[in-house]
Amino acid sequence: MSTLEIRHLRKAFPGVIANDDVNLLVQSGETHAILGENGAGKSTLIKMISGLYQPDQGEILIDGEARRFDTPRDAIHVGIGVVHQHFMLIPALTVAENVVLGSELSKGRFQRSKTEAAVAEISRSFGLPLDPSARVRDLSVGMQQRIEIVKALYRKVRILILDEPTAVLTPQETRELFVVMRQLKAEGIPIVFISHKLEEVREIADTVTVMRLGKTVQTHPVAGTTSAQLANWMVGRDVVFSDHPPASTGIGDTLLEVDRLTVLDERKVQAVRALTFAVRAGEIYGVAGIDGNGQTELVEAIAGLRPVQSGVIRFQGRSLAKVGVRGRLRAGISYVPQDRQRDGLVLTFTLTENLMLRDLSRPFSRGGFLTRKAARQRAQELLTEFDVRPDNPSALAGSLSGGNQQKVILAREVASRPKLLIAVQPTRGLDVGAIEGIHRQLLRLRDEGNAVLLVSLELEEILALADRIAVMHAGQIITELPRDQADIETIGLAMTGERRAAVTSEEGST
Amino acid sequence: MSVVGQVFGNPELYASTLAMATPLALPALGGTFSERTGVVNIAMEGNMLVGAFFGVMIAAATHSSWLGLLAGALAGGILSLSLAWAAIRLQADQVVVGMAVNLFAAGITAFLFNTIYGPNGTPPNTPFLPTVTIPGLYQIPFIGPILGQQNVLVYIMLLLVVVSHYVLFHTTLGLRMRAVGEHPEASDTVGINVARLRYLGVFLGGLLAGLGGVFLSIGLLNSFDVGMTDGRGYIALAAMIFGKWTPLGSLGAALLFGFATALSFALQGIGISSNLVAMLPYALTIIALTGLIGRSRPPAADGIPYAPTK
Repeated sequence: MSTLEIRHLRKAFPGVIANDDVNLLVQSGETHAILGENGAGKSTLIKMISGLYQPDQGEILIDGEARRFDTPRDAIHVGIGVVHQHFMLIPALTVAENVVLGSELSKGRFQRSKTEAAVAEISRSFGLPLDPSARVRDLSVGMQQRIEIVKALYRKVRILILDEPTAVLTPQETRELFVVMRQLKAEGIPIVFISHKLEEVREIADTVTVMRLGKTVQTHPVAGTTSAQLANWMVGRDVVFSDHPPASTGIGDTLLEVDRLTVLDERKVQAVRALTFAVRAGEIYGVAGIDGNGQTELVEAIAGLRPVQSGVIRFQGRSLAKVGVRGRLRAGISYVPQDRQRDGLVLTFTLTENLMLRDLSRPFSRGGFLTRKAARQRAQELLTEFDVRPDNPSALAGSLSGGNQQKVILAREVASRPKLLIAVQPTRGLDVGAIEGIHRQLLRLRDEGNAVLLVSLELEEILALADRIAVMHAGQIITELPRDQADIETIGLAMTGERRAAVTSEEGST
Repeated sequence: MSVVGQVFGNPELYASTLAMATPLALPALGGTFSERTGVVNIAMEGNMLVGAFFGVMIAAATHSSWLGLLAGALAGGILSLSLAWAAIRLQADQVVVGMAVNLFAAGITAFLFNTIYGPNGTPPNTPFLPTVTIPGLYQIPFIGPILGQQNVLVYIMLLLVVVSHYVLFHTTLGLRMRAVGEHPEASDTVGINVARLRYLGVFLGGLLAGLGGVFLSIGLLNSFDVGMTDGRGYIALAAMIFGKWTPLGSLGAALLFGFATALSFALQGIGISSNLVAMLPYALTIIALTGLIGRSRPPAADGIPYAPTK
């Protein structure tokens, strides 16, 4: 019977405070959920508990004793078992080899049959059927997760940490995992369950600690909470509504129509399910929702990056089914991706080069030759206009802060005057000044008669910008409201998947 | 029938195949250890060359071919540590460093050779590694002349292939070495010292490649010549790939390539260009890599430096 206690833990990286005054008490024999949105600091916390990061301040106590983990080995040694979101398994090796690796039965000869028997014994006694001689690369994701759990059990785990275990599972696999978790709990093993899914937390956990913006904001027995309460803690009730920008002046024709769209995710599960909506010229259409409810897949399908399973996407009345990414760009659709470092910029290129990437024609080149001077001049104008710091066209993109990188992407996309701009989490992780600048640009684009599809996990942002607000849950739009009818209660509740007929006014969404 | 029979019916062709395969199999085995732990090793050519040189030098100086063998292997091992250090500690590009090691080895052996021995070359009384005759085996017709009488290093090579196979696939050490080459991060999280195993893999690679060089200088001959490895380190690399990064596969590929060489000698009298036959190893390797005959898959983290996060 073990306990895990975290006191005033803090971890900062250059420019970001990932964890600040994190406190946690996991009692022996309980399943303790840590709930929070992406970027709330859950992963950083796990990495500190598992010895991958060292905290700047604060303490980790196991059974009341302060511990310091310089390496993962130290954490394993005291009995902390972590099942990472990205499995730490070696596909080319067998199940048994993966389970015992680093803690083999003996030195010298590898005792294959004895090892396989030991692994089979553990998997049988905990109800986790596995074939010890199978190659990991041939197994499903659910099976691989099971190996990770057996791996922890083989190492005599005292505290089991599951980092977003359901994120990679199908619904059936999730149910099987929950059966296993209940069994481990019955064996008295405390489990830390990291998640951003309210329903799952309510189903499996005894206690929940909510994290927001790097801090632990609430710890509460699950039994006494409602989904709405959890959502509010997670998203932040104390949202201050900054001055509403002026509403849209002129709504024009429908630009983007999405008609009964179904899109699959990587696991071939329907992430977007027969979803229908339309965005008109001169409006900002905000899509709210808890992360992982199909927003990414929806946006990628519209941008042409992900195949459509069924349904139609129309732009200016024309189906996009046979139009590739480049064709969509030409038609006037711009896309500001969520992971700006990975998808948006070439970090080792200069700002000028990055600003040229989208469209290499005039003024950036002539007859196949780059026109450096003109490009640099244009880049300079854009950097000044979008308040990028430093506004030096020769600076490398990788040398800029996250906020300024985002401004560069936005400058590139907005400068092409798209008819439709798709912006995903455009201000994530930015400071107030940068947020304001980006919001101003989005509003300007709208006021010029263009459309913006804004996907954000931050309700505040949606409420501050959108003319109409849709809430996505489980791949569907569960509620759609004009802004003047939207309030945080209604939207927060809809985000949990509960839809109250009284609040959802169908005629409100013209 | 008669010409073909003369060539293929002669046991000498197969004895020669085994001898020609030895300086390919040893470095291929070495490359297998190195790459299984995740370090791409194109420096085998260089390791062989210093092995060949120091083998002769020490054998000539001490009049002991066994001390020469030891020195040659060690020279290869020590030189390989430079690749290991650059690849593991400095996380340098392993192909570029390997190339540099080869150029360095070519330069340093030529320099030492000319400085120490001058135009007369290595002393003519330098001892050879002994040729061994296995009494019972040698008497068996056809098989006897092939397997029963070979240089001692041929038998050592065969033994090392078996031992290497056992170590890599049947010991805890081998499991960990392979794990490190497949997924260093996962190995790290279970407490395995990634750097140490990679050093070991590269060092073993250098030792074995050095031994391959020794076979050329004091096994087949008793002299050194500038650039005498003649690209065998690269053919060994091909043999390792063709052999799917396994000791037994490497031996099989080395035998095939050795056969091609032996055949090219035998065919010289008949008028088939030996250059044509010499191309065979590379052509076969390309075929192996394209997957036409059972795709050859390198260790997943082969060539990728590992930088632990902090």
